[in-house]
Amino acid sequence: MSDTANTPPSSKIDEQSRRDFLLVTTATVGTVGTALAVWPLIDSLNPAADTLALATTEVDLTPIEEGQSITVVWQGKPVFVRHRTGAEIDQAKKDDAEVLPDPEKDADRTVRPKWLVMVGVCTHLGCIPLGQKEGEPKGEYGGWFCPCHGSHYDTSGRIRKGPAPTNLPVPKHEFLTDTTIKIG
Amino acid sequence: MSEQENQSKFMQNGVVKWIEHRMPIFSFIDHSVGSGYPTPRNLSYWWNFGSLAGFALVILIATGVVLAMHYTPHTDHAFNSIERIMRDVNGGWLIRYIHMNMASFFFMVVFIHIFRGMYYGSYKYPRELLWIIGVLILLAMMATAFMGYVLPWGQMSYWGATVITNLFSAVPVFGEEVVQLLWGGFIVDNATLNRFFSLHYLMPFVILGLVVVHIWALHTFGSNNPTGIDVKGPQDTIPFHPYFTIKDLYGMGVFLLIFCFFVFFAPNYFGHPDNYIMADPLTTPPHIVPEWYFLPFYAILRAFTPEFILYLPISWLMSAKLAGVIAMFAAVILLALLPWLDTSRVRSAKYRPLYRWFFWIFVLDWLILGLCGAKPAEGYWILIGQAATAYYFIHLLLILPLLGLIERPSKTPDSITASVTGEQAGSAQPQAAE
Repeated sequence: MSDTANTPPSSKIDEQSRRDFLLVTTATVGTVGTALAVWPLIDSLNPAADTLALATTEVDLTPIEEGQSITVVWQGKPVFVRHRTGAEIDQAKKDDAEVLPDPEKDADRTVRPKWLVMVGVCTHLGCIPLGQKEGEPKGEYGGWFCPCHGSHYDTSGRIRKGPAPTNLPVPKHEFLTDTTIKIG
Repeated sequence: MSEQENQSKFMQNGVVKWIEHRMPIFSFIDHSVGSGYPTPRNLSYWWNFGSLAGFALVILIATGVVLAMHYTPHTDHAFNSIERIMRDVNGGWLIRYIHMNMASFFFMVVFIHIFRGMYYGSYKYPRELLWIIGVLILLAMMATAFMGYVLPWGQMSYWGATVITNLFSAVPVFGEEVVQLLWGGFIVDNATLNRFFSLHYLMPFVILGLVVVHIWALHTFGSNNPTGIDVKGPQDTIPFHPYFTIKDLYGMGVFLLIFCFFVFFAPNYFGHPDNYIMADPLTTPPHIVPEWYFLPFYAILRAFTPEFILYLPISWLMSAKLAGVIAMFAAVILLALLPWLDTSRVRSAKYRPLYRWFFWIFVLDWLILGLCGAKPAEGYWILIGQAATAYYFIHLLLILPLLGLIERPSKTPDSITASVTGEQAGSAQPQAAE
């Protein structure tokens, strides 16, 4: 007010709002700028290019006998590949009519009914359900059972009972030949 | 008197004077934890746990810095580098066992510290902010401990990390993106281990900063005391040094005796044997159990099943999973609101005949929750866990606010001194004018 030169008295109010404007714009630019500068730091935590350059996984189906399952790794996650028996397929089709927590037809979950392919990670909190190996508990619906918090999956990998909200997800997969599939 | 003479003799030293003139650090220390900090004369041993917590933090940082010099944060090497610390590094077993067990003792001490605050109403005006900072410290401790437990890359490390990070998949719409951002991939993997190591090193210093602020807020109005009555004059206080420095040191001796028992005779008592099996992303252990200090909160998380009575009114709004996650965080965050949830104007439970009972029921409820968290979610444990969860929130949201309105507190003494001497109004009152 006092020492600065040449401010005509008439522009006092102008001067005030001019300073306010400068203050607000500087603060805004500073805030937005900081926010933008932080973004690359956060984004660096997202999956990196080499992680994303995912690997599709090819699986040879010949050694899997009817009624057997194998677990393969795709994107670091376990994928269940099951050669279903006729009885299991029939059961899965029959259960289409049941009241399901996450309704999905068995036909929509398989490319060929004999081969059920799905990510073997419980949709509750990420444990690996049991039921792949001989002698492991398969739950009340003859499919898979997650020991962590007690989710039961049926012969189509659909959630039937317990805390998991959705069915075991089916990854994109295709038959390259009659005995080979490509996941991813 | 001689203490003050010593103090002034110290302050007359040339070097001390030179520094003090440029940066008054010695008087700052004296006012923080020295003879210049007037402390209520009636503090009991329950007031030891604050300084014990600070001590635990210092030990954790000191051992942690050394451990980091021998540890390798890589999925291929982490487990083996821990075994190398245990077998080959000079005294490595001792440093690691101290670090592991001190983490448990840190929580134990802090839980007692929190319950002490709840019993004596330490969170009430004017110490609300002090209390809120304390809750922030608890949250920071939980994050730090969780990430530290992942570093050995054992089975419990891996699956604990998987289950807890998966909690964030309950976030509506962006759940999957959030979890991938946390992992830096599609599962808990090397990227996850690396960032957890970085943050596990950072967070203790954040806690240290919060502790400094916590003590600053404490010293603005000074410590609460067992009567919950304000200090009314110098006759109610004694200097922190030497009276409480010696009391804290005595408590620390007892603490260290118990601590050393565990370090030397039961070092893995608080751990889980499965964590001595290297992480295997393709095999989930049959029972995933978090560290003991998370158990009550884990029980609250698991209580929310589609059949839980507390969930039914909000079942149209969100999944049971999301409700469980929100409830678990709310269980901690609600503590920050205690100054407003507790409507009674009397601080100490000593003069609150009803609250005293409800306080102990709440402690019991918390212990039951811990027990439920340790048991597999089956049979009647589910029902007990749900009942205890319901009570936890009923206590905080219903009982506490109502109790302050219903309860008739007993007569509080006129001053801290009067509570000891039994004198009534008049005798101790005149000095209160100061």
